[in-house]
Amino acid sequence: MDFKSMKYYLYWLYCQFELITCSYLMEPWEKLLFYTFNITMLVMISYTAYLFIPVHISTAFQFFLHLLGNQHENAVSVVK
Amino acid sequence: MANPSAVCNGHLHHHHHQKQNNLLKSGVCKKNGITKGMKKNGVSNGTLYKKTFIEHFEQAPMYVAVLTFVGFGVGTIFGYLRDFMRAWGLEKRNIAEEREQQKDFVPLYQDFENFYTRNLYMRIRDNWNRPICSVPGPQFDLMERVTDDYNWTFRFTGRTIKNVINMGSYNYLGFAETEPTALKTVTKELQKYGTGICSTRQEMGTLDKHVELEKLVAKFLGVDDAMVFGMGFATNSMNIPALVGKGCLILSDELNHTSLVLGARLSGATIRIFKHNNMQSLEKLLRDAIIYGQPRSRRAWRKIIILVEGIYSMEGSIVRLPEIVSLKKKYKAYLYLDEAHSIGAVGATGRGVVEYFGMSPDDVDVLMGTFTKSFGAAGGYIAGKKDLVDFLRTHSHSAVYATSMCPPVAEQIIRAMKCLMGLDGTTQGLQRVRQLGKNTRYFRRRLHEMGFIIYGNDDSPVVPLLLYMPGKIGAFARRMLEKNIGVVVVGFPATPITESRARFCVSAAHTREMLDTVLNALDELGDFLQLKYSRYSKSSHPELYEETRFELED
Repeated sequence: MDFKSMKYYLYWLYCQFELITCSYLMEPWEKLLFYTFNITMLVMISYTAYLFIPVHISTAFQFFLHLLGNQHENAVSVVK
Repeated sequence: MANPSAVCNGHLHHHHHQKQNNLLKSGVCKKNGITKGMKKNGVSNGTLYKKTFIEHFEQAPMYVAVLTFVGFGVGTIFGYLRDFMRAWGLEKRNIAEEREQQKDFVPLYQDFENFYTRNLYMRIRDNWNRPICSVPGPQFDLMERVTDDYNWTFRFTGRTIKNVINMGSYNYLGFAETEPTALKTVTKELQKYGTGICSTRQEMGTLDKHVELEKLVAKFLGVDDAMVFGMGFATNSMNIPALVGKGCLILSDELNHTSLVLGARLSGATIRIFKHNNMQSLEKLLRDAIIYGQPRSRRAWRKIIILVEGIYSMEGSIVRLPEIVSLKKKYKAYLYLDEAHSIGAVGATGRGVVEYFGMSPDDVDVLMGTFTKSFGAAGGYIAGKKDLVDFLRTHSHSAVYATSMCPPVAEQIIRAMKCLMGLDGTTQGLQRVRQLGKNTRYFRRRLHEMGFIIYGNDDSPVVPLLLYMPGKIGAFARRMLEKNIGVVVVGFPATPITESRARFCVSAAHTREMLDTVLNALDELGDFLQLKYSRYSKSSHPELYEETRFELED
């Protein structure tokens, strides 16, 4: 097995996926069904991630900033 | 003449010692008890074992188990989908099913085994039951067959695939051969006696050939007397009921062969199972049996018999005979040893596990074996004390009702045994045993170095290579056949569902080139299919390892 080209490596990865999920054993129409289901789920999850993760991260960032900001003011008042 | 066993013992001991040192250097720790890697016995029972007893039962990494379950999960989901389609008429039904009138009865085909057969086994069914059309020697010819409807039916194209390297036949000593010089006496006997006996042993089926064979078997094993039967499976299943009955206790190993299980069930005795090759489990069962007796009446058991095999064919492990014999003497039980795979294959002169451990055959009460594996014939024998064999001659079902062994087959066993014992004037028998030992050790060592997970004892010629995932079973067998190597793959229900394996049977007839071809193919395929799961492989510096070995083989 020599990784002489990227194409061979991708083909080898595809073979591993086929072996692990038993799609190597399936008839062509079953494979079509299985891959359609998988790709649909993948697309849906990535679309959801694309829409919601930036919003979640900025919300979390603001929350932590607010927390740190409050603490800073309290510390200053005690020292003084 | 020098004692051959001394040379072999020294040889083997040295080899094990070297392997131990190398492993310790690479920092692998040994554990006693539950094994994750190498298991060594000899520390606590130092006096029982004359040489080190190393068995491997390595567990695969966790991700392999997870991925195996993923594969089975997907297969099960698609199985349910297909069953649904079949039930609703969207797909043609090719399988066995009940008639219309029986649909309201208790369902016949709904259990897991039938589900598995329909949906998972059928998809890879082309790897089993392949018809061969030559003698199953080190190489053989296969009939080419193709399927048009995904393994439901097969048809033969008419071509044969020639000279496929045979890694599946139980041809341990290479006696499955067609050379005319080797089969001279067999041809003569065939012309003298014909092929059929047409009678049972007790009526008119005892020939002088049988008497000669029985005397030879008794001499070979070093016991008083022996009796031969026409079929190996029937030797177990028909003779155990003659030896034990109701009120007796059978302690049988977890992984015993179906013939032993069937014989035990037919006898009507109480059966208790102990964990595979686990002496603590066996001792606990023996103590409980003697302390508590029979279940309700608390009477003593009439007989306690321990059923074990010499080599277990799915694991490649060798029975711990010295410990079992000491247990049996302590608790006064009987021992029935089934040497189907180990007779001819282990031991310095091929006399089985009794010789391998350096024990005397008087320690084992019933020695049973078959002639199908190492002798290239058919049938089985039971050997032991004269009273035992005389009793079986009159009381065994096989002796009374089954036809006896046919004369050419008996002659083949006689010539093979004479060759093994050296009575034909040559050292060919001993050479074959030595060659088998060399091939076994070489094959196992190389597979360990490459990083595969191999089960079993280092000296057993049965080599199971673990595959784990269901998708890889079919891929492995098909690709090996494309490279002209015939292998046997095993899955559920012969093995636990997550531990599917490929089983190799090394033979004395394999040459070094054949083994190298197979090993190179395995290397390539192991990389492509990602089968090298072992975490204890010694292949970090294979050249150095070669130099520090003192074995005389090239």
